Parts: sequence; C-alpha cells; structure tokens
Amino acid sequence: MNEPKRLLLSGDEAIALAARHAGVALGAGYPGTPSTEILEHFSELGGHAQWSPNEKVALEVTIGAAFGGARALCTMKHVGLNVASDPLFTAAYTGVSGALIVVSADDPGMASSQNEQDNRRYAVAAGVPMLEPSDSQEAYDFMFAAIELSERWKLPVLFRVTTRVCHSYTVVQPRLANGAPRLSSFERDIRGRVMIPAYARPAHRRLRQKLTELQEWNETSPLNRIVEGGAELGVITSGISFMHVREAAPEARVLKLGFTHPLPLKKIAQFVKGVGRCVVIEEGDPYLVEAIRAAGIPVEGKADMYRFGELDVPRVRRILNHDLSPEPTKPPGKPPQLCDACQYRIVFEALRKQDCIVAGDIGCYTLGVLQPFEAIDSCVCMGASLGVGLGLRHVLPPNQARRVVSVIGDSTFVHSGISGLVEMVYNPPPNGHVLIILDNSTTAMTGHQEHPGTGRTLEHEPTGKVVLEDLARSLGIRRVYVIEPHAGTGEFDRLLKDCLESNELAVIIARRPCILIAKQLKQYEDQRCECDAAQTAAPAPA
Amino acid sequence: MTKVTNIVVAGLGGQGVLTGTDILAEVALRAGYDVKKSEIKGMSQRGGSVTGDVRFGDHVFSPMVPAGEADFLLVLEPTQVEPHRYMLRPAGVLITPDAVPADQLPSRKTLNVALLGALSAHLPMAEEQWLAALRAGFAETFFEGNRKAFLIGRGGQKSKVQGPESKVPAGGEAA
Repeated sequence: MNEPKRLLLSGDEAIALAARHAGVALGAGYPGTPSTEILEHFSELGGHAQWSPNEKVALEVTIGAAFGGARALCTMKHVGLNVASDPLFTAAYTGVSGALIVVSADDPGMASSQNEQDNRRYAVAAGVPMLEPSDSQEAYDFMFAAIELSERWKLPVLFRVTTRVCHSYTVVQPRLANGAPRLSSFERDIRGRVMIPAYARPAHRRLRQKLTELQEWNETSPLNRIVEGGAELGVITSGISFMHVREAAPEARVLKLGFTHPLPLKKIAQFVKGVGRCVVIEEGDPYLVEAIRAAGIPVEGKADMYRFGELDVPRVRRILNHDLSPEPTKPPGKPPQLCDACQYRIVFEALRKQDCIVAGDIGCYTLGVLQPFEAIDSCVCMGASLGVGLGLRHVLPPNQARRVVSVIGDSTFVHSGISGLVEMVYNPPPNGHVLIILDNSTTAMTGHQEHPGTGRTLEHEPTGKVVLEDLARSLGIRRVYVIEPHAGTGEFDRLLKDCLESNELAVIIARRPCILIAKQLKQYEDQRCECDAAQTAAPAPA
Repeated sequence: MTKVTNIVVAGLGGQGVLTGTDILAEVALRAGYDVKKSEIKGMSQRGGSVTGDVRFGDHVFSPMVPAGEADFLLVLEPTQVEPHRYMLRPAGVLITPDAVPADQLPSRKTLNVALLGALSAHLPMAEEQWLAALRAGFAETFFEGNRKAFLIGRGGQKSKVQGPESKVPAGGEAA
C-alpha cells in the first residue's frame, strides 16, 4: 500500500470508472464478451446504465442523449458494431452536441466470438476518430481524451479495445473525479440533424473537413508518443501490441500510436526517417501498415501467418526475426460443454433423434454443436437462425424441408430474432416452419445479464416485460407452446414431432431458468410479483 | 530492475482459477509491485479449461506470460497438467493438487486457496499480506476456512521442480 489510490482494474472497469469520473450521463449497450463488464461496473459505481435489446438501439439511444447535450457511452463487442453500424455512419454526419463514446471490444483470436473482424476498419469507413488504449491506465485516461475530442469536434469517437485490454488487470491511478454530468438541454438544429439528402450533402463535407482538422491536430497529439531506443530498429504499434513489443524488443525505438484514425502521417514519416529498419506490429488486419504504405512511407509489415489470432511476446519476436517456420500448436485443453443439468440437453437430444436440420444461433446453446449432440447445422450471427432456417425451408426438397428447425435463445431472440419471426409470418414456407426459443430467463453466455424478456433492468429491478408467447401469438401464429422440458418423459419429443408434422408455423418456447443462477432468478421473480401486486392495489394512473 | 515473476494458474471452469489469480494479483499489488493479470473467461462457466496469468515485478509490459517462461505453474485439476506444461520454463516449479493433503482441507472448495498457500512459500510476500488479501477477497464468513486452507498449503507444500529432462514441447521458448 505505497500510494493511497493504486487500483488494480480491468480495462473494462477502468473505462467505467473514467466514464463515472467524467460525468457520463447515460451508458447503453448489449452484453457481449469482452465488453459486458463496462456497463455492469458503471452501474455499480452509481452510473445510469441500461441494456438495450440490441446494439443498434443502444447506439440510437446514446445518439439521442448526445443530441441532448449529455456525455453518453455506448458499449458492445466487435460484431455488435455491425448491428449498430447503420446509425454510426450517419451519426458521423449529424455529429453530436454533447459527447458520444462508442466502445468496440474486438476479440482477436476469438476467445468467445464467431469471427475476428478488425473494427479499426469501421473508423475509416464511417469517418470517425478512433482511440486505442494499451492497458487499464490508458483506458482510463483515454476516456477523458475521447470525451474532449468528441465535444470539441462534435463527433462520435470510436474507442477500440481488444480482449486483452478489456480483461487484463493492470494498475490504475485515477485522477480526481471532475464533476457532475453536464446539464442537458435541447437546441434545435434541423439542418444539422435531419439527414435528408439536401442537408446530408453539406454534412458529409463538414465531416471531411473535421477529419482534416483532426489529422492535423493528431500530428502533435499527446496520445501518440515515442519511446526512445536505438536507431537501428524502429517499431510502430498500437493497443496491446505495444506491450508485447516493449518486452520482445526492449532495445527498439517505438512510436506508440494511441489516436489511430485519422493517422498522424507526418509524425510517422519523420519517425521512419530516423530509424534504420521500421516494422509495424499490429494484431489482426494490416490496418496501420496499409495506411502508412499508401502514404508512400516505407515500412515492414508482418507475414500473413500472423494475421490470424492474437499476438503475444513470442509471436512479436518471430515477426521481428522474419521467422516463417510453423508455429507450435498448443496442446488442446478441455472444451466447454452444456451444463449437466441444462434443459437444453433434452432439446438437443430430441433434435438429434428426429434427425432435424438445425439453424442455430449465438449463446450457450451453440455448445449443442459439440459431442454428444452435434445437433446444430449452422451458426452465423445473432438472430440468423430464423432467416437461415426459413431460407432452407424454401429451397430444400419437401422431405428435407420438413425437418428444418430454427433454434434461438431468449436474449438473442429479443436482440434480432423478432424481425426473423415477422419474416416467418410474412413469407411462410410451403410446409410451415418450427422455431424453438430456448428461454432460460437470462443472457447466460455473457454472465447472466437481464434483457427485455426477463422484465428486469440491468440492475435487476422490475420493469416492462416482453412476453415471448404473447408476441408470437400477436403475429397470428396459432401453434405457440410453452413447455418445461424434463428428461425421461418424452413430452418435448412428442411436441416437436407434432409441430414438424403439422406443416404449419409453430413456436415452441422451452422455458426453464438457467440452472447456474436458478436461486437468484427465483428471488428476482418473487420481488417482481410483490411489485406487481403493489401496482395492482394502487389506483390506476390517469 | 528485478526480474518479472511469471505465474500461470490452470484448471477447469468452476474450480476457482480466476478467484485464485485475483488473490495473487491483489497480494502483489499490496506488496507494492507493478502487477498485471490476464484471463480468458468467455466460456469459463461451462466446465472448459480456464487459465489465468499473473506477472509482477518492478515493471511489467505484456499481461500474458510467454510460453515457456512461467516460473510457476499452479494446476487445480490433474488432467490440466499436461495441456499447460509447455508454459513452464525449464526448472520452473509445478504445483499440483498433490502439494496439499486433500483430506485435511476445510472443504474441497478451498483447494485453490490451499494451492496458493503452497505457492506462497516460494514468493517474497509476507504471510500477513496474503491473509489480508484473502480477507478482502471473500465474504467474511469464508475467511476462517480460507485461512486454514492457506496455512495448510503454505506449511506442507511439496512442489516439483521441472527437471531439464522434463518434456517441454516445441512451443516452449526453452532456452
């Protein structure tokens, strides 16, 4: 206990703490590894945080907050930004009145994701400034910088982190909290915020002008720094790769970029001139190396083999040594599996037994693809089970089409399955379709977050609830069943068989609270009942 | 500048691997070191392999222990020894459940803390610092059991120094 304020924080916690210290008025997002803990921690610190049904809605809510002059934080995993990209691209045109920080938590190496896309590309595509911290201290400090940039240039800022920044704990010395949230107030700006073509054309020019100014500002920004070293080897790097570089090549002179779009190309050119050999070390896509070379600056990149997976100290050593020999494979660990008492086991056993063709989705239940079930035939993205299942039903020969089933979890269904269900009603396949919603009353995969179908807020307080069966019935689907699957009864098997043979549209909701938190969910539910009872007793609102 | 100490903790989801690394990192922080802890926990609750890296010293850069450079490998589950052995440096110390007498522990759940006790005998931090971190890391009702488990591990530890003849797969940066 040398210094009073030395904290050991994950990158996610550091972002939350900075948001709190900087007076962020609203945080919204959708759970996704490795970003989930940001809003949870922000809430624990007393911040106003909420889960949205999906990332697009979360971004829209925070755009609104920033239109109202507030400081707003939106969090998601990398693939979430695909969902939220629509509002992002146009929010770059409208700009914001307060501050808007969009955290994209990328997952190179796919510790818990379906792809390893590199979202630095989004900063370029949407035309927004991007910061990349390397550890928790920077995650904390850069949040303040991001808010300053956002307010000064009235633009959303992409705050790009990766799994090892989010989930590594490093020492943070926080500054003093600098204040209460800014007062929100609406100022009309019709030409600035209503993106009809006539107003969007000048908005695009304004955006490009801002980016030109930002690039100039970035040339001398304190967010990029040079670590002195020998002139023989120079390294340009950003994010977590900086840490690996410092360890793998302590003798090198390093240009550490913290503000990575738009790039400070003059600074980079000057750095390259001052060193003998200059290597760009970056995880994932060759984003930096391509941009630097496009500006006519000669730098070395990494071999293609290092584009895959995370970097670490040994891999950085290999890149610097031009080592193209095959990399050692790590001995396999034990893969995760569905919990022993999970109700989904019964569902996957039935699907397997009835030789179903299963369009799957994203969540714990994706583990149904592994042995002993091997009962999932596709998994593309959040909500895709519906569309993919329907597409298969439309084109397969009837004997196969009749065996197609879409399987989706409750949180994923609310995220982006609802529009797929509308598609099912609107364009029904000739032999109907069967949707199974695996409802464990929580977002289990990411650590048990609430969602609109649980009827509880991020803080587990009762709120409006989307009742899945009511929603399905309201669309005119006649066969809507709610069932709690039990082993040995054959009840679920029979229901599935009936639905498959009916040639109609059917929705089966397999409902049982997640076994891992069943007790906790029961407590929440009891609180909810008390609350409902109290509301019923109170006089109806006018 | 003192050398960075590298520790890898491995086990299966639900065994307390990450709680173990939390305590370890907290002790290093309290002792005034620079410390970094890295973990991959996306699927950890589903019974799969879980590992956590803790590094401490005057100044730590990468949060991940490079393969073949772990000074200590602490394994909570016998089946997880071989998959993670490549992380250990030659002459690094392997600590397995054999290092503590299972029948004397207050409960099976305290195995992670007992193994931390075994590890603690090799590290420079004082016993009070460990106990303070254990007290801070759990609800007060668990402290007595954890204290007992920790001291059993700390007192009776038998750990294996990986000899030069031990297998370090090609992945190890064995020097």
